[in-house]
Amino acid sequence: MITQLLTEFQAPTISWTYLLPIIILAGSGILSVLIEALVRDSVRRPIQISLMIGAQVAAFISLIWLGVKSFGPNGSGTVLPVNQALHFDAWTVGIQAVLLICSLLATLVLIDRTSAKQDPFVATAAAVPGSEYEELARQRGLQQTEVFPLVLFAITGMMVFPAAGDLVTMFVALEVLSLPLYVLTAMARRRRLLSQEAAFKYFVLGSFASALFLFGSALLYGYAGTVNLYGIAQVAQAHGQSGQIPQFGLMLILGGFLLLAGILFKIGAAPFQAWTPDVYQGAPTPITGFMAACTKIAAVGVLLRVLNYVVLLAPVDTQRALIGGLWVVAILTMIVGTVAGLTQTDIKRMLAYSSIGHAGFIIVALMGLNASTLSAVVFYLLAYGVATVGAFGIVTLVREVSEGGEVLGEATHIGQWAGLGKRSPFIAGAFSLFLLSFAGLPLTAGFIAKYTAFSSVVATGVSGMGVFNPVPLVIVAIVASAISLFFYIRVIVLMYFVAPAEERALTGELAQAGPNLADPAEDGDEPSSTSPEAVRTSVVLLDSAPHVEVVKSEGPTLAVIVVAAAFVVIAGIYPTPILGVLTSLFGG
Amino acid sequence: MLDSLPMLTILAVVPLIGAIVLWSLPAAKSAVAPKVALGFAGLELVLLVLTFMAFDRGNAGEFQLTEQFSWIPQIGASYALGVNGLSLLLIALAIVLVPLVVLAAWKEQGVGTAVGERAAVAANRLRLYLALVMVLTTFMVLIFAARDVFLFHVVFEAMLIPVYFMIGSFGNGARRRYAAIKFLLFSLVGGLIMLVAVFGLYFQGPRGEEGFLIDNLTNVVADPTLEKWLFIGFFIAFAIKAPMFPVHTWLPDTAQHAPAGTSVLLVGVLDKIGTYGMLVLCLPLFPNASTWAAPVIIVLAVISIIYGGLLAIGQRDLMRLIAYTSVSHFGFIVLGIFTFSSAGITGSSFYMINHGLSTGLLFLVAGFLFLRSRDGSSQLIAEYGGMQRVTPVLAGVFFVAGLAALSMPGLSTFISEITVLIATFEANKWAGAFAATGVVLAALYVLLTYQKIFTGPKVEELSDKPDLNAREKWVVAPLLALMLILGFVPNIALNYLEAPSETSVSVLEGAH
Repeated sequence: MITQLLTEFQAPTISWTYLLPIIILAGSGILSVLIEALVRDSVRRPIQISLMIGAQVAAFISLIWLGVKSFGPNGSGTVLPVNQALHFDAWTVGIQAVLLICSLLATLVLIDRTSAKQDPFVATAAAVPGSEYEELARQRGLQQTEVFPLVLFAITGMMVFPAAGDLVTMFVALEVLSLPLYVLTAMARRRRLLSQEAAFKYFVLGSFASALFLFGSALLYGYAGTVNLYGIAQVAQAHGQSGQIPQFGLMLILGGFLLLAGILFKIGAAPFQAWTPDVYQGAPTPITGFMAACTKIAAVGVLLRVLNYVVLLAPVDTQRALIGGLWVVAILTMIVGTVAGLTQTDIKRMLAYSSIGHAGFIIVALMGLNASTLSAVVFYLLAYGVATVGAFGIVTLVREVSEGGEVLGEATHIGQWAGLGKRSPFIAGAFSLFLLSFAGLPLTAGFIAKYTAFSSVVATGVSGMGVFNPVPLVIVAIVASAISLFFYIRVIVLMYFVAPAEERALTGELAQAGPNLADPAEDGDEPSSTSPEAVRTSVVLLDSAPHVEVVKSEGPTLAVIVVAAAFVVIAGIYPTPILGVLTSLFGG
Repeated sequence: MLDSLPMLTILAVVPLIGAIVLWSLPAAKSAVAPKVALGFAGLELVLLVLTFMAFDRGNAGEFQLTEQFSWIPQIGASYALGVNGLSLLLIALAIVLVPLVVLAAWKEQGVGTAVGERAAVAANRLRLYLALVMVLTTFMVLIFAARDVFLFHVVFEAMLIPVYFMIGSFGNGARRRYAAIKFLLFSLVGGLIMLVAVFGLYFQGPRGEEGFLIDNLTNVVADPTLEKWLFIGFFIAFAIKAPMFPVHTWLPDTAQHAPAGTSVLLVGVLDKIGTYGMLVLCLPLFPNASTWAAPVIIVLAVISIIYGGLLAIGQRDLMRLIAYTSVSHFGFIVLGIFTFSSAGITGSSFYMINHGLSTGLLFLVAGFLFLRSRDGSSQLIAEYGGMQRVTPVLAGVFFVAGLAALSMPGLSTFISEITVLIATFEANKWAGAFAATGVVLAALYVLLTYQKIFTGPKVEELSDKPDLNAREKWVVAPLLALMLILGFVPNIALNYLEAPSETSVSVLEGAH
């Protein structure tokens, strides 16, 4: 028996060159663990930082080199570097490039200790919150740098995820990217219980989603006798063409649904979105930015790959079921993201719902399913990812300050952002820019992203391709964008048109209502002007709330904000070069 | 030589440079900001004269000074500019009003009036306000010159942001944020409805890298039902902008809470984008649907005229009153356009220019009046009385501005209103008869208001208020002069406007 297996087993032919970006990242992750164990405390941090950034830059450069080699002029075309377990095609290159750009920006935010000279991670993650041991570690000024290998492994998983060609590789990649994120979520320096609760929720729900994914894979394997995506699709196609009702046709549909559920969980699409706000709120903010941008990019990459096989080869009834399911998911996601976003008072939760809404828009964009869809989706992910990292970068800088002047945690209540426009015009301006880009207003990258995405979908509808005409989805998407405008604009209103709590206290305008709510008075108001309704719905805090201050960045975060803001404007006014590269990559 | 220069782009870029200069001025040097802004506005006027010289008046119906570059070829968008007589005059209107707005805001108007603010803070706020005015100027030039539907839409939405801050940050009164948001949401919803139509239109055209050029999209929609839907999409956006009954409700709130200078640009110029859009986008792109929808639109226009006039009479806040008069006037403009006659469209085009001048003057004078109230900013008509004897020059200017609003012969507004009315009578007697009542209403709201504010017993606390100073006189003088000149020699403007309206009519006739 064993001998028989051995003779049947064929060693995969591996084209190592095409694995270079992944090898660099995975290798650096392992190296990073060794450094963690062997290098002295005092020099560990700089080494880890340079390794992490160097690895990503090297991976990016090698990826671009391979991309040009394969898909540039006279390129060699698609390669399957490890038999069919991995794809190296235009889609992989596009997604991985965007992924690395965003992860690099996110890690720059992560290494910034700001003028408070504390990084956002707990000194000893193993210490019980509030214990003496924790206090001791804090006093000793201990710092651990296990964040860096964890992030590197997460990026590795994210790189493999969209390239995966079979379900096993996909599952391994999913776990490699997820497990570090669970740990990273738990490592916030402040509000540790919230952070650990978030991590626990993420872990439990994430495991559940992984289980769904695995169960789906098992069903698909049972159906097709292979875990290879192409193989499964071929079996499905054969069934479809033979015209007879396949014996296990339901297994294909059910397996497909479960697989999609696992992926949609990572994207944060409704009804699998419940973890997103809690986790985004509890996780250390740089990690939130990293997750919001990069996890979504990787998961969208996988979703499109699966969808591609569904559309190319699956029988029509399977297509109808799966695409119909995605319709429901897309509409639900957009509604949940925008409607729930309207009621948020915490800036991180608001950004979480915003990211849910964007997940919905991206799924709509995927429904185009033609060549221009690919470049539109990649551009959308780039515009969304860069602005997201920039926005969370800004959140890391807006801090509460104690009476004694010690910088505390982030000031995440929206009310604490009141009057930021006056005190810190640059930060408020950049944040407004990101919000306007999320809202999709013209002259920002978000507008071009939404425009190209939706127009590629409309083109599909007009040409009559696909099993459904996706134009109604676009109309829902535009309505949802219109609603979402409101909560983005609300933050801009607060930052620019409302005076901060301290200033109002100085002018002698005292709060009248609620334990923690003041009237949203502002300079130039008559005192009697505030309606009871305005007080009730107000998000403005009392002046007894901690003082809010914008701390200075050590440099990296500021650089990220500047780069992201410049990108949002330039890609909004003149996206032509980026779109040109994408068009030549995808040939649409 | 002028023909070889991209005059329109230069006109658009110069104020943008002005805005960047103003932004980069250190806060401590804010005192020079008004001078810098005025300098750029003056430079813009000079460039405007050069543009007029480069423009061939004999061919005013054609789009001239055209520029076209590939912008985002992947989605078919081009950077295409060009002006015909009408667009050129609207750009001129904007550029003439900007220096007056800068001059009117020179020290205090609508800016930094908050209690307890120190002079330096006020000067800094003024600098930021003027920078926004400059950005808005760029957008105003671009939108009237855009010859590409995508470019038009982008500018249409992008220009909301500076206006939003001009109202929300620099407006007056407790509800200015509410006004700013109401303005933004109305306009953005209109813009998004238009965006859907823009999507739909592109796929009806030739597509490709120049698929959004207006010339490539003229009357391309083959399916009549789709044409109607697309027309409605564009029309709603323009009706909100114009603003027409029943989507006019944002304007009174906005005008009430915006600084006077912002209202001048908002009502005087930006709202013209609505009627301009109807004329240069709706009519040529969807000629059949335009004819189909005309009866409904004419009814809505007549309702706007009467309803706006009636509500104006009932207002207690002067700014709201002026806003409602504008709703009435925009009814006339829309009415003239949808008579589909050369005379009606010419009348409406001229009306757009005149309304910009007369309403601009009204808002500015009203702003000067408010500075002379007890608290320095009261907009309530009841707060004033007998001002004629306190500030005679101000009263005189207000009176002339009021006469312009009621279309007194001798002022330019008379010619445009009578042209529109005659064209309407020719097209539809009933519409003409109802619209004519608007003239009577105008007399009522203007004269009653004048009576309440400027005649009667003096209000004691206001009796020592100064009359218009030299700077303020310089603000109003150009507008008075322009209205008189255009009133007696209207051909100066009509020469530019007749040819474009004949082109519009011929497009419509060609489609039947």
